This record gives sequence, structure tokens and C-alpha cells, in this order.
Amino acid sequence: MTSMAKQLARDWFGGLGRGTLLCRDIAVSMIKVKPVWRDVGYQMYFIGVKSQMVVIITGMFTGMVLCAQTYFQFHRVKMESATLAVVSVAMGSELGPVLTGLMVAGRVGAAIAAQIGTMKVTEQIDALRTLAAHPVDYLVVPRFLAMVLAMPLLTAESIALGILAAYLVASFLLGINQADAWHQMVRHTDDLDMLRGMIKTFIFGLIIAVVSCYKGLSCNQGAVGVGQATTEAVVYSSISILITNFFLTMLLNALL
Amino acid sequence: MIQARQLKKSFGDLHVLNGVDFSIEKGEAVTIIGVSGGGKSILLKLLIGLITPDAGEIHIDGQSITGMNERELLKVRRKFGMLFQSAALFDSLTVENNVNFLLRREGRTPPAEIARRVAEVLELVGLEGTQKKMPAELSGGMRKRVGLARAVVYRPEIVLYDEPTTGLDPIAADSIDQLISRVVEKFKVTSIAVTHDMRSARRISRRILMLHEGRIYADQSPEEIFKSNDPVIYRFVNGIADPLEKTSLV
Repeated sequence: MTSMAKQLARDWFGGLGRGTLLCRDIAVSMIKVKPVWRDVGYQMYFIGVKSQMVVIITGMFTGMVLCAQTYFQFHRVKMESATLAVVSVAMGSELGPVLTGLMVAGRVGAAIAAQIGTMKVTEQIDALRTLAAHPVDYLVVPRFLAMVLAMPLLTAESIALGILAAYLVASFLLGINQADAWHQMVRHTDDLDMLRGMIKTFIFGLIIAVVSCYKGLSCNQGAVGVGQATTEAVVYSSISILITNFFLTMLLNALL
Repeated sequence: MIQARQLKKSFGDLHVLNGVDFSIEKGEAVTIIGVSGGGKSILLKLLIGLITPDAGEIHIDGQSITGMNERELLKVRRKFGMLFQSAALFDSLTVENNVNFLLRREGRTPPAEIARRVAEVLELVGLEGTQKKMPAELSGGMRKRVGLARAVVYRPEIVLYDEPTTGLDPIAADSIDQLISRVVEKFKVTSIAVTHDMRSARRISRRILMLHEGRIYADQSPEEIFKSNDPVIYRFVNGIADPLEKTSLV
């Protein structure tokens, strides 16, 4: 049992160390090597455009259900007009960034780990290296840049559509006074709530890109290895997002 | 041109290379033979810096590559071309973009010149007009030819071949051997192949190194190797299993 715990600890710290080295390589690459913007653009398309459906549905339905549930509670104490305010603050600072992060980790993180992992097991990464191309320059940096650029945009879209969907539910299904609800929302939603959300989503993008690329690059041989790398990319990204979110909430509320 | 001194490499308790020494001069055509799992491909990957040795030194043109980091190695690898056992073509790129990968990324060669060179090497490997095909549309032999075209298009000084004929039918294997000989002749490159296909070794090399139990066991011409009465060499060349070796053919 002790040896198993030691092995687990060794693996965990080893992984953390290698992940840190990957971050260093990304930083060095971004300083020393000019990114190929065509590759970044393609990744932006893959991450941003192809994630539209997932992000739109997640944002809208989260806004709608949050609106309905808040209304059901607030209605008892005659505070229905604060419903949209709760939705906008919650979507802007917490639910928008976290749910977008989880959805992108599931859709894009898995794809990144599978693509890079497959390249690793089919010797394509070794081939890249023999062709004088650094895998971090060619594979990781374009995905990293695209992810940290696309995540804030996707999150902003998710928040906006969540609030819009909540407004429609509040107005046409729940019968809340539109002008009053809108006024309360604008009054209670601070710019800082949105800024905190954007800072969080930028960091979540960074986490998804690094974890997924790291899992792909450290993939073991065979189909099992690729499957395991893909699963671990999603699980570790998602858990890291949830844990980081708590600390970021505490930190950003203290700082901003 | 290439010198290996006391190279050692282990994976856990498995000692693959136990002190490999050899040197290869410019323009030589050398084949490394040995049993499957004997460390031939590992040796090839050590030479190009894809993996690092546990001990020993590798010198390329007098420059030690053993302590270099990945970015320093990239410059040294510009001297190399490598044909992988599985061809290792980039499956998301067309044949043309696979072949011109390095030239395109370097950005120093005009597009028209790149296109001309791609057409030239594809013609050399007998695949003219396949520029727009995807790797998935090609047969195993064709993929190896594209891999070979990719390895030589930027005129490297040294070309490494990892099991160039493995998995091919005898005719396709023969055509790959001919291509390798043609590449050596046309581009005057140093050629290092790893194989256990003795027919191929005889055709593509002027010198054979035999790797046995983690060391260079023999360093002879193909004629000497084929005539050798040494039991280890004789059994390998003629494909005769060691009767005393325990096997588990279940």
C-alpha cells in the first residue's frame, strides 16, 4: 500500500514537473519563434467556430434554468424583479466561464489530446523532429494561442446568450415585468463581475491547452494509450478548472 | 562524419545497447543488421538525437550532440533525412505538403523552386502527379516512397532508413532498394539503413555492421558477411534459430 502511494505520488509530481517544463517550452517558443498565424487561424476555427453549437446550447439553457429556479425561490419573498440580476452576475462571473471551460475541455481538449497522441504513436512527432520542426512550435503553440484567444470570446457569447435566454423566459414564460427586471439587472451587475469572468476564462483556456497538449505528447503506445490520454485530458482539465475556479474567485474578489 | 563511442541505452532492466562503437565516413552506404528487438532502431534514433543515450558520445561532423537540447539538435538534424518504418507521413497533409514540409516552413526557398523540387523527387520515386493525394489514399509501398521523397527533397547530407522494406511485398521491397541506391548515387549522401532483410542489406550497402547483444559484433563488407562461418553471423544471414535458445512458440 505504501509503495503504491509512493508510486502515485511519484507519477503525480513527475507529471506536474513535465507539465511545468512544457509551459516553459511554450514560453520560450513564443519568445524565440514567430508563430505561424495560418496554423493559429485554423485552430481558432476548430476551437471557436466548431464549438459554437455546444457553447450556445450550454449558455442558453443554463441561463434559462437559472432564471426559472431563481424565480421560483424569489417569488416566495416577492423579489422576482431581482431574478435577471442574479442570472447575469452568476453567468458573468461563475457559470459562463466554468461551463464553457468544461464544454471546451470535453470537445476540444479531447480532440487535441487524441490528435497529438495519434501523431505520437504513429511516429509523426518523431518525423516532425527529424524535419527540424520543434513539436512545441508546430503543434502546441498554435493550439495554445488559439485556445487563450477563443475562450474569452466563447465565454462572452455564452454569457450574452444565457442572459438573453433568461430574459425571454422571465418575460414570456414567468411573467416578470420586463423593464423592472432589466433595470435591476443593469443596476446590480458590475463591470468587475464580467472582468473576473473574462480573467477566469483566459486562465481556463490556458489550463485546457496545456493539459491536453501535455497528455497528447506523453501518450503511451497503441490505441489504449491514445484512449487513456484523451480521457485523462478531459478529466484533468475539468478537475483543474473546478479547483482553480474556487481559488480564482477568492483571489479576484480580494484583488478587484 | 559520424562517430559513436561507447553508446549505452537501457529501458528499465532491459539493456539494449551495451557500449556500441563505430564510425561512418562521408558518402558511405552502411547497413546495420541484427535481430528484431536488438536495438537497431534505437541506435538510429540515437544518431539523430530523437532519444538520448544513458552513456557514451555521438559526434556528427566532429560536433558532439550528446549534451544538446532540442533546439540545438534541430540545427544538427537539418543535415539528416529519415525514412521511418511506418513512413510516418503527416496524415492531415497532402503528399505535396508532406514532401515540401521543411522547405515551406523554412521560408527561404521560392514557392516555384519548392514545387519544382517536389516534382523532381516525386518523379525520382516514381510517384509523379500524386501531389494532391492524401496519405490515406496511398498503398504501403507508395507511402514509403513519399517518405523517401520527403527525406531527400531538402538535400540532406545523411539519410537514415529504418526498416525500409519491412511490410512490403518482394517486388515493392526491391523497388525501394533500387530507389535507395538511386538516391545514394544521385545525391551523394551518406546512407545508414537498419534492417533484418539480408537481401536488402546486400543491395543497398557497401558495409554491414551487425548488432548483437548490445554491441557491434561484426563490421564487414556484404560479401564477407555472406561468406562468414562465424556461427552468430551465419545463423542470422541464413535465418537459422539457435537450437539451444529457449523459445516459447505457443
